[in-house]
Amino acid sequence: MCQMYEIGELRRRAEAAAEKPAPFGKDLDLSAYTGQAAECSYVDSLEELEEIGEEELARAGVEKSGVRRSGSFVQIDGTVVHRKALEKGVEILSTAEALEKYDWLRDYYWKTVEVDADKYTAAVALQSCEGYFMRALPGSRTIYPLQACLYMREPRFVQRVHNIIIAEEGSELHIITGCASEHEIGAGLHLGVSEFYVKKGARVTFTMIHNWAPGMDVRPRTGVLVEEGGLFMSNYVVMEPLNSLQLYPTARLVGKGATARFHSVLVAQPGSELDVGSRVILSAPGSSAEIISRAVTRGGYIAARGHIRGEVGGVKAHLECRGLILDPRGAIYAVPELEGKAPDVEMSHEAAVGKIAQEEVEYLMARGLSEEDAVSTIVRGFLNVRIEGLPPVLEREIRRMVDLSERKAL
Amino acid sequence: MAGEEQDRERRLVVEGLHVEVDGRKILHDVNLTVRCGETHVLFGPNGSGKTTLLMAIMGFPRYRVTAGRIVLGGEDITGLTPYERARRGIGIMFQRPPTVRGVSLRQMAALCSGGEADVESMAAEVNLEEFLERDVNHGFSGGELKRSELLQLMAQNPDILLLDEPESGVDMENLQLVGRAIRKLLQKDLRRRRTKCGLIITHTGYILDYVEADVGHVLCEGTIVCSGNPREQLEGIRRYGFEECARCTR
Repeated sequence: MCQMYEIGELRRRAEAAAEKPAPFGKDLDLSAYTGQAAECSYVDSLEELEEIGEEELARAGVEKSGVRRSGSFVQIDGTVVHRKALEKGVEILSTAEALEKYDWLRDYYWKTVEVDADKYTAAVALQSCEGYFMRALPGSRTIYPLQACLYMREPRFVQRVHNIIIAEEGSELHIITGCASEHEIGAGLHLGVSEFYVKKGARVTFTMIHNWAPGMDVRPRTGVLVEEGGLFMSNYVVMEPLNSLQLYPTARLVGKGATARFHSVLVAQPGSELDVGSRVILSAPGSSAEIISRAVTRGGYIAARGHIRGEVGGVKAHLECRGLILDPRGAIYAVPELEGKAPDVEMSHEAAVGKIAQEEVEYLMARGLSEEDAVSTIVRGFLNVRIEGLPPVLEREIRRMVDLSERKAL
Repeated sequence: MAGEEQDRERRLVVEGLHVEVDGRKILHDVNLTVRCGETHVLFGPNGSGKTTLLMAIMGFPRYRVTAGRIVLGGEDITGLTPYERARRGIGIMFQRPPTVRGVSLRQMAALCSGGEADVESMAAEVNLEEFLERDVNHGFSGGELKRSELLQLMAQNPDILLLDEPESGVDMENLQLVGRAIRKLLQKDLRRRRTKCGLIITHTGYILDYVEADVGHVLCEGTIVCSGNPREQLEGIRRYGFEECARCTR
């Protein structure tokens, strides 16, 4: 199942970076994890999958019945157990299969993420273990999203995936990815490299729901390339406890009028350390970006970062970080950065960290809500980022996640 | 039985109320009784304590009752939280309501009614159909805020309405709409006996063109200095100012 693809230059660079720590997040000792896990058997239909329960999948936004989905991909530890496209115009393969099938895929391999960015990208390059390949053919539009689930159950396993997503010219692709682990897994590490290519006039929405266990460490590495008139939207939701998480996806807008939007909903439970950033580099005129994060700590630590770089004039971007501290053990560190490199860039940011406004709580109480219900309503509202252009099915999914987590918190 | 009937008749009783805000004494010895179906208006110069009285009746913790009590239908509610008072039938229209981000006006109205109200037709009554999906109060103009407050009160359907300057910031065209909505909330067009009560703060008295009031009170320096016919009081205030009200009682 695990193959070594890279030889030559890529491999040399990866080897040189094998010990290189990431600039953010706690440094993990990769030798503490194992690359060995039991293999699982392939199922032709998701419903035959015995290893993961329906509810567990649902908590990561994955529909076991496959209803209202255009196709599915499921990987358990290092094994792809299911992959199938249900609609025409979209393709789902494992990355290994895709690399074998398409010679041209090499042109998309390690092109948006640096192989030697840190020891985690290097680890994925040196021994890649599957991951998904999704592609929307030119002009194709699926009504329902494709879903992917990356699941972990082997204690101390390091799950390494390399995903490649291509939206060909004029296509529309919606993806919902649920990352989850067996609750009793103890320690585990997930390393995921994801490369997105949004071609001319294409639209991609990528909704990722993380539902890990308290002992998990997670280091996703994502790069996005958006061409002329293309749109990339990322919605990232993490509300369940885990040990540590660090990611800083970067989108490059290289075509005229390209757009990227990053929305993050972060809830840190006690003991969780979340370091989540989003970066957009605007290098084509008329391109625009929006980074919005909502961070709530119930006792954990959150670093909410954002970085926008305007390299040419005529670009527009806005960055917004808002944080709520609901527990005295929690802390939020908001770091918005703007970097303008041309005279007529239009970039702005706002950041606010604090507690729930008592005035709002009392306002709702005067309407008949108990104090707990008032607080819960405000927190849900706070996390309810309205995302323009997101298909209703995904918006409902995100709202459901937020409601679920809030009900649990009560 | 006679006692119970009397309690029902005297819906809201404020007895010898003293209120402090952040350690500052604002109200002292305020007494008033609103009977079933009555509407009272409160006049008074800025800073006289009108809003404090409404906020204390609603039970906001910042408005601390240091003496006296508030009785609702015979029950002493002085120690209850705002939501317990709301559930017992008190509703308030805020002068400057906060924005609650991520909660739409539609959701808010549904929360007020416990999910039972026909929000759509209520919104039509106050001309807010277009606002239902917007975050509650976010970017609303002065007049829109008042109508948003009224929509929430319509959904909540309280027995006792505390209205803080319902006409302020409302243009003439919308004043009529606001006035009509308040009339309806207070059952002013009802031919049989009314049960809804109102306590309305007004500076201009414009609201009296739409809503008939039974009793007026003038609040000066934290206490009620005069209670009587609201029209006459307003006329007096317009002619001689509040100074005369205070002098009149001395």
